[in-house]
Amino acid sequence: MNADLLVIGGGLHGLSAALQSARRGVSVILVERHFLGRHASGATAAGVRTLGRDPAELPLSLEAAGIWHEMNALVGDDCGFIACGQLQVAEDEVALAKIQARIRGLVGKGFAHEKVIGRDEMRELVPDLSPHCLGGAWVAGDGSADPHRTIIAFRDAALRAGVKIVEQCLLTGLQRHSGRWIAETSAGVIEAGTVVNAGGAWADRVAELAGEPVRQSIRTSMMVVTERTQARVKPVVSSLGRKLSFKQTAQGTMVIGGGSQGRLASDRQSASVDFVALAASVGAAVRLFPALKGLRIVRTWAGMEAMTEDHLPVIGFSRKATGLIHAFGFSGHGFQLVPSVGRVVADLVCEGRTNLDLGAFDVERLAKERAVA
Amino acid sequence: MKYDVVVIGAGPAGMSAAIRLRKNGSSVVVIDEQPAPGGQIWRGVERNSGPMAEALGTDYREGAALVQAFRACGADYMPETQVWQIEEGWHLFLTSGGKARRIGARVVLLANGAQERPVPFPGWTLPGVMTVGAAQILLKSGGMLPQGDVWIAGAGPLPLLYATQLLGLEGRIAGFLDTSRKPGLAALTKLTGAWRDILGLLKGARWLRDLRKSGKMVRGFHDLRAGGDGRLQYLEWLSAGERRKVKADILLVHEGVVPRIHETMALGCAHEWNELQNYFTPQLDGWGETSKAGLFVAGDAGGIGGWLAATLSGEIAGLGITKHLDASFDAEGERHKAGLDKRLASARALRPFLDALYPPPMASIADEVIVCRCEEVTAAQIRSVAKVSAPDPNAVKAATRCGMGPCQGRQCGYTVQALVAEAHGIPPRDVSFFNIRPPLKPVTLGEIAALGDLEDVS
Repeated sequence: MNADLLVIGGGLHGLSAALQSARRGVSVILVERHFLGRHASGATAAGVRTLGRDPAELPLSLEAAGIWHEMNALVGDDCGFIACGQLQVAEDEVALAKIQARIRGLVGKGFAHEKVIGRDEMRELVPDLSPHCLGGAWVAGDGSADPHRTIIAFRDAALRAGVKIVEQCLLTGLQRHSGRWIAETSAGVIEAGTVVNAGGAWADRVAELAGEPVRQSIRTSMMVVTERTQARVKPVVSSLGRKLSFKQTAQGTMVIGGGSQGRLASDRQSASVDFVALAASVGAAVRLFPALKGLRIVRTWAGMEAMTEDHLPVIGFSRKATGLIHAFGFSGHGFQLVPSVGRVVADLVCEGRTNLDLGAFDVERLAKERAVA
Repeated sequence: MKYDVVVIGAGPAGMSAAIRLRKNGSSVVVIDEQPAPGGQIWRGVERNSGPMAEALGTDYREGAALVQAFRACGADYMPETQVWQIEEGWHLFLTSGGKARRIGARVVLLANGAQERPVPFPGWTLPGVMTVGAAQILLKSGGMLPQGDVWIAGAGPLPLLYATQLLGLEGRIAGFLDTSRKPGLAALTKLTGAWRDILGLLKGARWLRDLRKSGKMVRGFHDLRAGGDGRLQYLEWLSAGERRKVKADILLVHEGVVPRIHETMALGCAHEWNELQNYFTPQLDGWGETSKAGLFVAGDAGGIGGWLAATLSGEIAGLGITKHLDASFDAEGERHKAGLDKRLASARALRPFLDALYPPPMASIADEVIVCRCEEVTAAQIRSVAKVSAPDPNAVKAATRCGMGPCQGRQCGYTVQALVAEAHGIPPRDVSFFNIRPPLKPVTLGEIAALGDLEDVS
């Protein structure tokens, strides 16, 4: 098999880069070790959030926000996106002061997407919220999507654009010979001019195979889904300083996440739920919504996702290998960025450059020092 | 403080193991979901007496002695308690009386038995259609008999046993739709083994004879459908090219039982595929230990064998666990002295015959049939997704929500596996099972939140 571009990793970032590159006339093969969306993309809470982002990510995030509102134009489906708003609650004066300071800072930099709201406005948005909450930050255009519907929409759009998708295909070797990449996989040898590393939790393995070892760890964020209940909470709710994000899905289930970490297996191939650690997120949720205490949990899981030291992703060309582009390390908040990062990666694939400054995402900052011989 | 051994399930295997472990001096706690010991087979055995005990049969009455010995063995016993998470090491998370807690143990024995194999067919989700096992629970725990035109459809020993019990209590059966295929040569070749359990064979023959005498026996039919307006009102089937229709108020279905594997699956134990009966069993060594050190399985949870085999495998696991806790213990000697292997072989003698006589249903599931009851996903939806996904039930689950409801795939797991195999033209054994996500039983947000200030049970 050969193609202009080989995308490694069938999560949403791999699919988005493959789709948007193929639309510009590039021939693309995408390989996925398990099945599409097996790990972070299928385990995500699917928050579509500009709220609380690192300013370095905001240009990408605000561009993505615009695309989410017109998602049909990109993939032919709205991906279950609902602009229900995102609310970050302050449960005490310290948290409220931090939120106010952050938003003043954003305004100073020219960003106007977040606004401070008071107790009354907040109670109007979320009547069930516990009365101890003082106020918060609000982004009306944020919201959440359906992760599995998003995977299917990006897959189908990619297939329509001519991307060849190979599932259950493990990458075992990656070498550059005479200006081409030779990838050894469990489905045979694949040749390509350019490789995109969208390997998620295993992106460091891909980088190492390509000769560019990086420092990367794995996040194992846990999620909880409850039984269905009547519609009562519209926005996605988080609480500053607590490991909590909370939403009610279109099916009526409550989804609770927020970054409580599960246990990573020693072989780094799987993660399991740690219920005592999970109690922190669930405790934060029932403190905000005491009425939900009796709701039954039907499922929990620990997803696996690459995490960098500064929690910023790696996006851009390799510093060691020609024709290698990285897109990984989203550290638990990459879902919203899928449409814009795919656009940027497609720019790099097709034109060798892009309009946004990717300096903060440079792989160089994570380069592993080689021992001096 | 933690226990030497936590036993999950107070049925034949769990009670036998606990008794043996207590004799060997281990500290033991037995956790069970039911209000009283006995498991499914001996449900209510301490309470049922007189004509009820008479009708439930000799196998049932034999349970009373074992329950009595269990009560006296000195094991801690936690009834009406659900285990919803097991973590290696070993830590078990439980809920009883609306409160969650955690206990520790050096060894865990799963003796949690079997569940009825769900077999979807048109109309199986209608009120009025239930399993034979559920009907038998109502009989044993409340003395309840089904009323109206009662039909039984299925195969295996349980429908025969239940029908006999029902008739013994003056219950009425409108008809029995026997879905078993005629025993062919395959079943007869197993008979040499079955002779060792001649009593078991006689019992089966008596059940059949009683049933033929009492009501209508329908054989050699296909395309069974249950129908009605909001509840079961009639049954239809094809027999010799003709469509038959009868009035029905209750339909009891049963297509055999399969081991409970959610616990071992969730823990990532190695499993084997049973080709005769199409189910997974955890891979066990000669003492019932799984691929995870310190995790043992006994009874039907390790492969269907019936109550007598369960008591013996429970005793064997008890010896193996004692050896695991104390390497100097002569488990082999005790095993030999008690003649456990010989007795187990005899208890299992009829099993190959039964497995060959009652193979799992193979008929293709009609497109319109609901496979996942919790999320109401049809066979057609699963087929259309399976065709364009990797041959993995988890990809189907993500795309259709089947298996995401409160039963956690216990109802649809094997059906989805079979549909994925069908869509890709590969044998079911080459398709994995759903990834099992904790909790193993639903637990409330409030109970989890309270784990923050968790206290171990001492």
